[in-house]
Amino acid sequence: MSQTLRLENLTITRGPDVLVHLDLTVQPGEVLTIMGASGSGKSTALAAILGTLTPDFTRTGRVWLGTREITSLPSHLRRIGLLFQDDVLFPHLSVGGNLGFGIPPDVKGRSQRRALIEGALSSADLSGFADRDPATLSGGQRARVALMRTLLARPAALLLDEPFSRLDAALRAQIRSFVLARVAQNGLATILVTHDHEDAQAAGGRVISPLGHPLARQP
Amino acid sequence: MTLPPTAGARLLRQAPALTVALLTVPVAAGVIGTLMPALSQDFRGFRAVFDWPGLQAAVWLSVSTGVGATLLSLSLTLLLIASLHGTKAFSALQGVLAPLLSVPHAAAALGLAFLIAPSGWIARALSPGLTGWQVPPDLLILNDPYGIALTLGLVTKEVPFLMLMALAALPQTDAIRRMAVAQSLGASRVIAFSIAVLPALYAQLRLPIYAVLAYAMTSVEMAMILGPTLPHTLAAQVVIWMADPTLTHRATAAAGAVVQLGAVIGVLASWRLAEVFARRLLIHLAHRGARGALLDRPARAAAVATGTLVAGALIFGLAGLALWSVAGLWSFPNTLPDSLTLNTWTRAAPDLTATAAQTLRIAGAATLVALALVLACLEAEHRFAMHPGARALWVLYLPLLVPQVAFLPGLSVLSLSLGAGGHWLVVACAHLVFVLPYVFLSLAPSFRAWDGRVAIAGAALGAPPSAVFWRLRLPMLLRPVLTALAIGMAVSIGQYLPTLLIGGGRIETLTTEAVALSSGGNRRLIGAYALLQMLLPALFFAAALGIPALTFRNRRGMGVAP
Repeated sequence: MSQTLRLENLTITRGPDVLVHLDLTVQPGEVLTIMGASGSGKSTALAAILGTLTPDFTRTGRVWLGTREITSLPSHLRRIGLLFQDDVLFPHLSVGGNLGFGIPPDVKGRSQRRALIEGALSSADLSGFADRDPATLSGGQRARVALMRTLLARPAALLLDEPFSRLDAALRAQIRSFVLARVAQNGLATILVTHDHEDAQAAGGRVISPLGHPLARQP
Repeated sequence: MTLPPTAGARLLRQAPALTVALLTVPVAAGVIGTLMPALSQDFRGFRAVFDWPGLQAAVWLSVSTGVGATLLSLSLTLLLIASLHGTKAFSALQGVLAPLLSVPHAAAALGLAFLIAPSGWIARALSPGLTGWQVPPDLLILNDPYGIALTLGLVTKEVPFLMLMALAALPQTDAIRRMAVAQSLGASRVIAFSIAVLPALYAQLRLPIYAVLAYAMTSVEMAMILGPTLPHTLAAQVVIWMADPTLTHRATAAAGAVVQLGAVIGVLASWRLAEVFARRLLIHLAHRGARGALLDRPARAAAVATGTLVAGALIFGLAGLALWSVAGLWSFPNTLPDSLTLNTWTRAAPDLTATAAQTLRIAGAATLVALALVLACLEAEHRFAMHPGARALWVLYLPLLVPQVAFLPGLSVLSLSLGAGGHWLVVACAHLVFVLPYVFLSLAPSFRAWDGRVAIAGAALGAPPSAVFWRLRLPMLLRPVLTALAIGMAVSIGQYLPTLLIGGGRIETLTTEAVALSSGGNRRLIGAYALLQMLLPALFFAAALGIPALTFRNRRGMGVAP
């Protein structure tokens, strides 16, 4: 179900400033890293790919997922998953409720949905957590729930918006390898946005600036 | 490729326009409907009004009580914030003032009347020890010709309102840092507040203050209970003319309403002018480098004293209502009833139940429609990236700025001529006009402050906007939504004039009954009606706290668990 993510001359401007200029293809299973200081437009690129750009930005160019052009599609129909800097778990739902929200509605039947939730929890070492309040989980547990929720929605490609930057150093490496392993396992075309060289190093793919210039992986 | 909008989305896009129409059309139609009979028959109505010997005094009362109550309420609110903001006393006061806002005007007025009347609680507490009175003295404390009791009554209701509006606006004024900077430059609290915070705060408070001013000048139920009677305030006199069964005074009432509208416009214009002078004064103070080092201590004392007095007057007034409703014999000058009985309640139970049911039916219909419209407007604003400007805020305040007596008479004639008069649904429609602004003002800040990343996370998981709204946004906003619902119910339950005029006298709610009873002497029955009138909104506020706390008792992230 994973597909190629193609950015065709995707250019984003605000007023006279060109913030993003990308013309590239991300293959299934590949992790492309966009690096830059904060405010350099790297999150703006993700917003354009997901379709959540605010009106003060101007976008030209196109976004393709496999053979589907998704440039003007509403966000929820794009089948692009997203992990934020924070986990953004829904505070009014249980852990199981959060995961269930991600499962597409065409998966019918209570038991089948329940089985998917349990399966996701056990693969994240969180068996028995379904009824827990997300606010009572540790940072690492919450990050894992957030990833599993994203994967249960069966995205065709994945965007990672500095998802490790709020975690402390010890947890960071652990969660990063957990996420990257899942990405490889699912063969998802992935774009990682970060300002951290270790993240870029661990991702192992190409590293570019928001304007499309190749960057060295090492500082 | 863009998908065609669904029917729901098209409907949603119309919600703001529909709401604007609901707020403006009744007001405009009502003013025109009031103006017509006033101008008809060669200005007969105006001639009658100008021939009325009480006119000058009635207009003056409207201006003096209205401006007096607004000035006092505003000064007290600002004094409380300037000298106590950020202290423990302030949070205590805040906790008391918020629930007091839900007390209907009529109940507050009746409570105050029971407190200050010659046979009221204060006189009883002081008698016969300090006063020597064995029978209630023959003093005109209630309904005093200067409108002092009326002004005090208005202040007890408007201070909680202005206070809550100010508390909502304060965070946007950067008050804490501005105060800190000004104080570090040597200014006292009072001066630091006046120069560094007040200008920004006042800009946010301007419309609520105008609404208070317009309301205080034209309140009918408070004027009927606490106001002078020879003559009445102009607004009360207009309603008396309206109620004349022979209909001969209809034109007089309409012309009186137009004079009242003119008076309100004149006073609002003068207030605006006064703002300019006050602004100059503040700038002058700032340039002079005023410090006011000696101001803080007396200001603080005055704030505590008057704040306690206002809250105390309301609380003891309401307690007095409750006590009267269960009093058996209560002879003067005893401070407490000689005996307690539930007779009043059991005897009035059938009437009370029927009236309460009618009250709730009207309030429920008006509030649910208002809530649906407000949610639709706010969701449309979010989904279609609309940016409502200052003009939208004025529209929201329109039904609160145009005096009720200036447009409800016209609206009542209109509804009667359409053959729709006297039905509870029509009354609910009229209530909607007043409920909508309060529900909107209450819900909008929380709705707009909701973390937008949740919506993005939902969309990235494949949830369409409708699912994001129903399954994420609405449940997460349960508490503010229920609070807005409770405020809507309280506003509707407290409505007097719309119920009276649009209902054509045929719709009885707890409020119209309580006001109607107030002219008679049955304190026990008044107590029962007023208490119920006050308890119903309180129940909804309790539910607005309790239901989210119960629903999310295992969700720490919702911040509602005890």
